[in-house]
Amino acid sequence: MANFYTDTAELKFHLTHPLMQKIVALKERNFTEHERFDYAPVDFEDAMDSYDKVLEIVGDISANTVAPNAESVDAEGPQLIDGHVQYAAGTQKNLDAIIKAGLMGITLPRKYDGLNFPIVPYIMAADMVSRADAGFVNIWGLQDCAETIHEFADEEQQQRYLPRIAAGETAAMDLTEPDAGSDLQAVQLKATLVDGKWILNGVKRFITNGDGNISLVLARSEEGTADGRGLSMFIYDRNSNAVTVRRIEHKLGIIGSPTCELVFKNAPAELVGQRKFGLIKYVMALMNGARLGIAAQSVGIADAAWREAVSYAKERVQFGSSISKFPAVYEMISRMKAKVDAIRTLLYETARFVDVYKAYEHISKERSLLPEEKTEMKAYQKLADIFTPLSKGLSSEICNQVAYDALQIHGGSGFMKDYPIERIYRDARITSIYEGTTQLQVVAAVRGVTTGGYLAQIKAYAETEVKPELLGYRGYISEMAFEYEEAVKAVLEVGNNEYTDFHARRLVEMAGNIIMSHLLVLDTNRDHQYWKSLDIFLKLARAENRGKMEFISITNPADLGKYKMD
Amino acid sequence: MYKIIVLAKQVPDTRNVGKDAMKADGTVNRAALPAIFNPEDLNALELALEIKDQYPGTQITLLTMGPVRAAEILREGMYRGADAGVLLTDKAFAGSDTLATSYALSCAIRKIGDADLIFAGRQAIDGDTAQVGPQVADKLGIPQITYAEEIVALKDRVIQVKRRLERGVEVVESALPVLITAHSTAPDCRPRNAKRLMRFKRATTLSEQHSAADDYLATHTAHPGLNITEWCAKDVNSDLVQLGLGGSPTKVRQVENIVFQAKESKVLSTADADIEWLMQELISQHTIG
Repeated sequence: MANFYTDTAELKFHLTHPLMQKIVALKERNFTEHERFDYAPVDFEDAMDSYDKVLEIVGDISANTVAPNAESVDAEGPQLIDGHVQYAAGTQKNLDAIIKAGLMGITLPRKYDGLNFPIVPYIMAADMVSRADAGFVNIWGLQDCAETIHEFADEEQQQRYLPRIAAGETAAMDLTEPDAGSDLQAVQLKATLVDGKWILNGVKRFITNGDGNISLVLARSEEGTADGRGLSMFIYDRNSNAVTVRRIEHKLGIIGSPTCELVFKNAPAELVGQRKFGLIKYVMALMNGARLGIAAQSVGIADAAWREAVSYAKERVQFGSSISKFPAVYEMISRMKAKVDAIRTLLYETARFVDVYKAYEHISKERSLLPEEKTEMKAYQKLADIFTPLSKGLSSEICNQVAYDALQIHGGSGFMKDYPIERIYRDARITSIYEGTTQLQVVAAVRGVTTGGYLAQIKAYAETEVKPELLGYRGYISEMAFEYEEAVKAVLEVGNNEYTDFHARRLVEMAGNIIMSHLLVLDTNRDHQYWKSLDIFLKLARAENRGKMEFISITNPADLGKYKMD
Repeated sequence: MYKIIVLAKQVPDTRNVGKDAMKADGTVNRAALPAIFNPEDLNALELALEIKDQYPGTQITLLTMGPVRAAEILREGMYRGADAGVLLTDKAFAGSDTLATSYALSCAIRKIGDADLIFAGRQAIDGDTAQVGPQVADKLGIPQITYAEEIVALKDRVIQVKRRLERGVEVVESALPVLITAHSTAPDCRPRNAKRLMRFKRATTLSEQHSAADDYLATHTAHPGLNITEWCAKDVNSDLVQLGLGGSPTKVRQVENIVFQAKESKVLSTADADIEWLMQELISQHTIG
């Protein structure tokens, strides 16, 4: 039987990373729950065995239910019926399978009926489901909202809403509006307090799974304000029946995922956490989780695209030979594989950082942290903060490159609707746009450049011990790090913010290339089979970074005028 | 609330047969094929689970006969929703044909007792006989419904079942108790459930506990639900004469390896005349129709 977990050795490889020992011990509070819950692990090995076996279920459903339904879901799409969304038949079947398998509250604590898994195995599930159908992963992945409720809602709200999500009810995050896309400070949806109860009025637009059972809504609770400090976060329950779907968007890709325009008419809602913290605190947390999800989606799509390219290139015969024998083709395919391995290792590194920091954060609500625990939490939080936008930004862009090349390998056939690559190519396109465009990821990530966060981590990687045969690669990477340092210095010493913004993406990508190269060295150190990807990716990364460095060295602030629009 | 027994068999996965699937002596090389839950037995389990969805107090026991490792499919069934598993294992069962198998299973079913419904797959992919289910019903003296595709209704101890036949479907009705064999067109079995898997992954039979390296005693004393019942021939009060090779009148005289070889081929165009010729050919050879 096909299985997307067992056919991808990379997943188990990343699952068994040495840091998991710490992550699992933190997440399981030193394995104390098995007395209360008969499905809780008794020790580290037991927990890892459970992750492994549950991921095998996800791999089974992905390969044998979700993937076979992807084509019909793409053709059929969701429908708008009486102001509500009806999923495509295949989407509903996927969802039923996921619910019966109990895969909706993966990271939630057991007391709310969750599986209490760390983020790493959850992201692995997202990786596989995305490879099967990138549109479906949105509906399934919105269980992220539960994490936000868990973090910020009060205990009574958690008890009411979280078990519902764990049991299979779907969620939505209602943030954007017609005039508030990237700029969420402009949100207008009105929240009014009437007799001690909140009601919502207004319009939300581009809401993924907008007709979900439980929605987190960003709304303006402070009349007369115009910025982010007037916004609060609310829970809207679809059982109240006060929101209608006015329209489902017609999209280029991820067609199975309903993107809705919503009309709120006196919709009853509950405040989450504190007033005025909606955007500045809660949405930021929600978005960070969602961004990691999109990074996983990007990796899963890129993996699917690469596989399609391989199978087509092997079977397609031209000029009397399989096209996979031609340098122009095999070079593209191995470059794609190297890129997939690179963004995947960055994804799981980021997930591990988030895991350690989130686990400490939850523990800090149960007891006060020891000073060394606090220090460690802050260190991992800093890493998570600069790695999340890096991972989302780079993996979504690379996913698009891989999908582009994979379609190219199919030639004219790839342009027709005869092969899955046509759908995969369309699905890939959104990844670098939603949950913050690449340009906005760069705005978040550039802090890692200017504060020296990336450089510090690059140096930390360089100091770890590896096998002697990998030291040559380390040499090249330290050369890249030197070039990066010089490039950063050249940009920053100008002291002009606009000029820094102008080069920000170049600098972030340079840092990303170095980090991914380092991670591939560490992967190869653990498993020699990553050697090829390391070698191929490093060559690409070195050449790319040289080009960016060159571009920076031949520009100066006076050039900005030529680029500016009239 | 019903008491259901589902009969299941662990079989070699004959759907993905490789070169080394058969041994030189013509018997199946079980080592070369992965052992799986017989596919139509999974359809049978799903029909039982659908009844449990409708009547939540329903108790589903999975029963299998086989070597010690057949407990694997009992665990798998428990991950998917079965409440308990019974493994029937004994050297005395070795070499059983369908008659001896159905005898042993019927003894075990009597021992479990009071079953309202017994489900089984229509047939197993290793033998393809479709005899065990009907023979069990006969030995228990209860009615049987074969080729079931859907439970249409179950109420007041009367069940309506849709049967998939060669040229259509029919709906039949029976009083309980009844034995039902499931066709592959019945719904696919639901996936394994994550929590159930984590709960039951340590469920083992006595034989498995004895051969395990670590100390299972503590776990199994603390969680009696993790014990999978294991019965031998004596436990189910069976007559040894009717079991195993001795109780099996079926004798395999010879096994032939058949290799399909196309002797000739004909290239057809998409012209109407060629398609017409092909249709007539297919009909006259009874390939279709």
